[in-house]
Amino acid sequence: MATVTATAARPALPGALRRPAARKLLVLALAAAVLVPVAVTQWGGTAWPGALTVDVSEPLGRASDWIIDNRDSHPLFLYFFGHVSNVVVIAVRAVYLALLAVGWAGVTAIGALVAWRVAGVKLAVGTAAAFLACGLLGMWVPTMQTLALMVVAVLASVAVGALLGLAAGLSDRMDRVLRPVLDTMQVLPAFAYLLPVVLVFGIGVPAAVLATVVYAAPPMARLTALGLRGADKEVLEAVESLGTTARQRLLTARVPLARKELLLGVNQTIMMALSMAVIASVIGAGGLGDRVYQALASVDVGAALAAGIPIVLLAVVLDRVTGAAGERLGESGKSPVTWLYALAAAAVVAAAGRIAGFLEWPDAWEVDIAESVNRAVDWMTAHLYSGVPVVGGTGDWAAHFTSWILNPLRDGLQWLPWWSVLLIVAALAWLIGTWRTALTAVLAMAAIGVLGVWNPSLDTLSQVLAAVAVTLVIGFATGIAAARSDRFERALRPVLDVFQTMPQFVYLIPVVALFGVGRAPAAAAAVVYALPAVVRITAQGLRQVDPAALESARSLGATSGQQLRQVQLPLARRSLLLAVNQGVVLVLAVVIIGGLVGGGALGYQVVFGLAQGDLATGLVAGAAIVCLGLMLDRVTQPTERRPRKGA
Amino acid sequence: MRMRTTSALAGVAALTLLTGCGAADMTKQASPFANAQGARTVTLSVQSWVGAQANVAVAQYLLEHELGYRVDTVQVDEVPAWDALSQGRVDAILEDWGHPEQEQRYVRDKETIAPGGDLGVTGHIGWFVPTYFAKKHPDVTDWKNLDKYAELMRTAESGDKGQLMDGSPSYVTNDKALVKNLDLDYKVVFAGSEAAQITQIEQFAKEKKPFLTYWYTPQWLFEKVPMTEVKLPPYKEGCDADPAKVECAYPVTDLQKYLNADFAEDGGEAAEFLKRFKWTTEDQNQVSLMIAERKMRPEEAAKKWVDSHESVWKKWLP
Repeated sequence: MATVTATAARPALPGALRRPAARKLLVLALAAAVLVPVAVTQWGGTAWPGALTVDVSEPLGRASDWIIDNRDSHPLFLYFFGHVSNVVVIAVRAVYLALLAVGWAGVTAIGALVAWRVAGVKLAVGTAAAFLACGLLGMWVPTMQTLALMVVAVLASVAVGALLGLAAGLSDRMDRVLRPVLDTMQVLPAFAYLLPVVLVFGIGVPAAVLATVVYAAPPMARLTALGLRGADKEVLEAVESLGTTARQRLLTARVPLARKELLLGVNQTIMMALSMAVIASVIGAGGLGDRVYQALASVDVGAALAAGIPIVLLAVVLDRVTGAAGERLGESGKSPVTWLYALAAAAVVAAAGRIAGFLEWPDAWEVDIAESVNRAVDWMTAHLYSGVPVVGGTGDWAAHFTSWILNPLRDGLQWLPWWSVLLIVAALAWLIGTWRTALTAVLAMAAIGVLGVWNPSLDTLSQVLAAVAVTLVIGFATGIAAARSDRFERALRPVLDVFQTMPQFVYLIPVVALFGVGRAPAAAAAVVYALPAVVRITAQGLRQVDPAALESARSLGATSGQQLRQVQLPLARRSLLLAVNQGVVLVLAVVIIGGLVGGGALGYQVVFGLAQGDLATGLVAGAAIVCLGLMLDRVTQPTERRPRKGA
Repeated sequence: MRMRTTSALAGVAALTLLTGCGAADMTKQASPFANAQGARTVTLSVQSWVGAQANVAVAQYLLEHELGYRVDTVQVDEVPAWDALSQGRVDAILEDWGHPEQEQRYVRDKETIAPGGDLGVTGHIGWFVPTYFAKKHPDVTDWKNLDKYAELMRTAESGDKGQLMDGSPSYVTNDKALVKNLDLDYKVVFAGSEAAQITQIEQFAKEKKPFLTYWYTPQWLFEKVPMTEVKLPPYKEGCDADPAKVECAYPVTDLQKYLNADFAEDGGEAAEFLKRFKWTTEDQNQVSLMIAERKMRPEEAAKKWVDSHESVWKKWLP
């Protein structure tokens, strides 16, 4: 039986694919044969034709001036945005003051006790250790600032996300309307929409919180909808037969049944919000992100790491605790009494801490790691940059990477006539998805041309393609290794955790020290950031391959390499495609931040817009990034992903 | 539909309840972290270069230890800092390199920002080559000879032209126009941030490679990597009026301080202190070097300077 599946699956796949693929290509070729001659005679040249661009810089400049001139007087600001901004400030301030009032001993105790009740002793100890480490690194106050910001941002994101998810979960029409919106929100690199919020709310916490909500609400909405739709039909029917009203059914059956998804949504939202807390430091969010950013201004990797570690610790603790809470949901109930005990104990510790004067973290207990880290970085750059025998230094690699891969790729893309780029995009997106995905991708690409940023966008695209290629080579290799060895996977897990949660800003300086200024360090940082997701998805996909199929291949005498190539990889195709898709989206997010280390192109324009308050440049570049992200997402989006997501 | 309107109304009502009725003033938007636990707080904006960090470090140290304030610092780029200042999110900018447009808008038209006087430091932007290279080829220090050396300044990023490295996109720069108008065989490559630029300069210096970079004084890096300025056509008043047609050097600027207008009026001792804060280029460089090169914490560096310069800062105290 197993043999049949294994052997039948392989020939069946290409056979099923080939015919529709050929048909799609044929249709596309016909369309091209009609449209391309028209386009070429009308607008020749390789770059996007000037006649087809719309200059939005003037209206955008006027809009930005209008906002600045009217921000203090117009009713829209006085009675709406002003209040939104005040609510955010008041809420963050309240949480911050509460955290300060409880003191470090109290916060640590409460954190540990909550973790203990929710996730067990091991995580309680971990939580306490994490909080103490934040203090030891001299980051107590910034950590509390970030935590205050996070609490408010996460609550707001969860509320917004749950409302959207509720709407999408209960109404099919809302679901159809919301799905593309959520899709889009998720592929947007966060950097791109900092500028508009800053313009309305100004630099600071309100803008940061709102940007975070935009970024972190979609997973909550998506998982809420998924949970509500996935509720067991039989249970629902049973409840319905009891004569309940729609509202009762929602509250007593559907929401409780969706608890797991809801918790997973909260978990995802927390992780996204935390990564945004750092990016938001560019717009003055304060807290840990700001410390990372300030340290980088004086090229102090050690100090940046000291502020980065608390972020990683917070992320890991919050991830594990909420994750464990999700897993424990089904277990036998815990009595509310123990919760009371836990809370009482926390209150006692907090009060005792207050009386004992354990409010502000004592300076004497701080450990300075900056110096040793900086020495290590100096050593690395001194010894690895150039003149390493045989392999050459990292500086040489970067130069080769730039002149042999990045430059030809960029020049090649910019040399291609504009209509051929659209055709390639259409073909790729259609082959891998439906005509709808193809249409979205082509329209997104065309929008880039219309906005008048065709060349810089292709420059960014070339960086993304090069970095994705490197990511996939390393990621697949590591993922395969991790899937084959449990020990390797266990050893890898903390490393991946750190890579994934460490704020990208922290490794921007080491990559410059190693690879010089330019596009190469931006690509390197992107690879580091995107790698964990690719490795994880690959390893998971390979491990989920039906063991029976493997067993039968083994019994037929296949070598381990043959098993991998002929059974595991084809069967894990869906996961591998998803890994490619995630890799592309993540790489794009960092290549943009690469504008800070000489990546140029769109990333630079966004940074420029933010730094100069230039809405026209920043917003156009931001929109182009969004279009690029949409296009790349659609081109790499496995068809199977859509039904699974919405199901 | 009805439900949506009701919830929207409820939302608006909740907003109003929470913040008090009536208009919300967007010009009074202090940071939520300010004045916590009854402490008097001053929020200072820090720009991304180390000189600005040095000003803030010393001001912060004195405000905290001599005047009993709590100081919050926020890293903001130059132009957004003006905006933050006008909204009251930060109380002061201690080092401004000249933004006539912003000055017109906020100081003269809206009057939400008040000038805080000279910082005492003079700033100058220019093009620099490393001194070890200038010594070997003395004629490189005139812009007319730059093309001769373009080949030596090539990098993977600049392709077949020489590389002129610029820094953060937030800095005042005419370099693209200059390269074009002076018809130079160079390409401007933006390092994207000062940190990246410094790292790259140090890397070049370690290998004694030639390079051409946008740079400015006062700057601590000169102590570590001596650089010589390249002469550009001389600056004349108004020669940089049209950004597209610039073909002259950058001016010499007396760096300025700016305060939030309300803070300048009601900021008490802190505002008075910040207005009187005035030191020399040499003072600033001492502190900058301690922070950036010796990697001291800004607080320690400030303490060290304060301990040995009592006569200077005593005059600043109200």
